[in-house]
Amino acid sequence: MNRFDYARAGSLAEALRDGAGDDARYLAGGTNLIDLMKENVERPLRIVDINRLDLHGATELDDGGLRLGALMTNAETAYHPQVEQRFPLLASAILAGASPQLRNAATNGGNLNQRTRCYYFYDTATPCNKRDPGTGCGAIGGVNRIHAILGASPSCIATHPSDMCIALAALGAQVQVTGPEGDRTIAFADYHRLPGDEPWRDNTLRAGELVTGIDLPPDDFTSHYTYLKLRDRLSYAFALVSVAVAMKLEDGRIADARIALGGVAHKPWRRVEAEDTIRNQAPSTQAFETAASALLAGAIGQGENDFKVALARKAVVRALGQAAAGTPQSQIDKRVA
Amino acid sequence: MPTLTASRPLPAEASRPIDTIPITLTVNGSVRRLQVEPWTTLLDLLRDKLDLTGTKKGCDHGQCGACTVLIDGRRINSCLTLAVVRDGCAITTIEGMATGADLHPLQAAFIEHDAFQCGYCTPGQICSAQGLINEGRATSRDDVRELMSGNLCRCGAYTNITDAVMDVLQAEPAR
Ligand SMILES: Cc1cc2nc3c(=O)[nH]c(=O)nc-3n(C[C@H](O)[C@H](O)[C@H](O)COP(=O)(O)OP(=O)(O)OC[C@H]3O[C@@H](n4cnc5c(N)ncnc54)[C@H](O)[C@@H]3O)c2cc1C
Ligand code: SF4
Ligand code: FES
Ligand code: FES
Repeated sequence: MNRFDYARAGSLAEALRDGAGDDARYLAGGTNLIDLMKENVERPLRIVDINRLDLHGATELDDGGLRLGALMTNAETAYHPQVEQRFPLLASAILAGASPQLRNAATNGGNLNQRTRCYYFYDTATPCNKRDPGTGCGAIGGVNRIHAILGASPSCIATHPSDMCIALAALGAQVQVTGPEGDRTIAFADYHRLPGDEPWRDNTLRAGELVTGIDLPPDDFTSHYTYLKLRDRLSYAFALVSVAVAMKLEDGRIADARIALGGVAHKPWRRVEAEDTIRNQAPSTQAFETAASALLAGAIGQGENDFKVALARKAVVRALGQAAAGTPQSQIDKRVA
Repeated sequence: MPTLTASRPLPAEASRPIDTIPITLTVNGSVRRLQVEPWTTLLDLLRDKLDLTGTKKGCDHGQCGACTVLIDGRRINSCLTLAVVRDGCAITTIEGMATGADLHPLQAAFIEHDAFQCGYCTPGQICSAQGLINEGRATSRDDVRELMSGNLCRCGAYTNITDAVMDVLQAEPAR
């Protein structure tokens, strides 16, 4: 790890002052930033410790929604009574990720801003446009089992590794941000971005901006939801493919359905056109296959990850079935029903 | 001089002086006032400065759980947290589990069930199991297996580790 200056922010104003400039990084739980600093991928000259800021709680919103503080840990969030009762999809996705120890340290703001797990991004001996713009992409034509099948570009085929964010995408969360130019709200779909020709930009946060909270809209998806995560071992592993489904059924027909995919793109993957194909339909395997095809249209493997295209299709159909039946995937018993 | 709010200009990295920062930790019940370099992880502080080498370094990247300690009763990976960030916290390591000559119930259960071979993962397993008990979320064997998945055991003692943790869980219901 390189040497750095340490600043402990006592207020948002102090955090924004000390967080200005390309060489500063906000430090929350540290489970991603410290890891990347040990690999010399991140070499900040100033660490701004934001853990003393008053962003640790959850607050009810006037519209009936719930605001999750950026510094609530992933464990506090998943086990919060309001989240367990009203947003079980989010609780399930968080508990599918990392390990209990990591979830006790990892924060909601850090989870959104965690970087890709692309092997080349981590290995400073290899080219990587995300880490060192202009050097090329080691993963294209290389080892790419965990890489993207959708929305990739000739400069980067990395995926966003979060489980939590896949549920937040399905739930239509909003990200609350503050920065040198004031506060703003970012719709979840606009928070993360596709790599395009600027793969070093993971999201649309501007320089010096800080996430303060995540707002969950009040919609009730407690009866028909699931988070299905497929990976190389049953626990403590990142998703190869994951699916979050939030659904509403009325009189045996699908009144609303949200489908978000993880492990397949540089951002949580949603397509409203795919969701529209099953609206007002009765749940059926055929309808779910149509939705899966629309969601995965244009999917293409990079060699080692070709299997993901078929895996994602089957996972979407299975997850829609679980949600419609009201039998969400258990994160303890990993058998897929 | 240590600075907690850095508003001074950033010096060139290579020529940086080593500033240390004062912190106070309660480690296994005793208050320790320390001067730490900000880049020191809690794991390195425990092992290299406080001579508490029970906590192990397996991967140093959050991938194995050997470094698990309790911070204010909650289990975390000490390799991925900076000591300076934990200023004011109470840390419990494996050295703080027993009461005098009396083994902690988890230590006794690990011996009883032969829940280790080489023992390298064991301090982390035991601290993690105490964290699991504190969390009060596990009742079944499947729960224990899933909620202990953050602790790898290269020797593959998982079945016996689960037995040992189940014994203590059942003797001491969730708080
Ligand atoms: C072994 C291992 C396995 C894992 N497995 C999974 C998994 O299966 N699923 C999964 O989803 N995740 C997994 N993770 C990742 C984990 O969820 C993230 O590391 C964690 O959520 C990051 O949160 P943090 O608070 O520790 O962030 P930090 O490490 O503190 O910060 C990460 C980044 O976010 C920035 N940041 C932090 N807070 C803010 C804020 N409020 N505003 C703006 N920027 C901010 C930091 O500057 C930094 O760039 C795993 C991690 C490890 C080490
Ligand atoms: S996929 Fe993206 S992160 Fe990975 S090597 Fe290529 S440019 Fe870097
Ligand atoms: S040494 Fe910390 S998790 Fe492996
Ligand atoms: S006993 Fe050897 S690693 Fe667990």
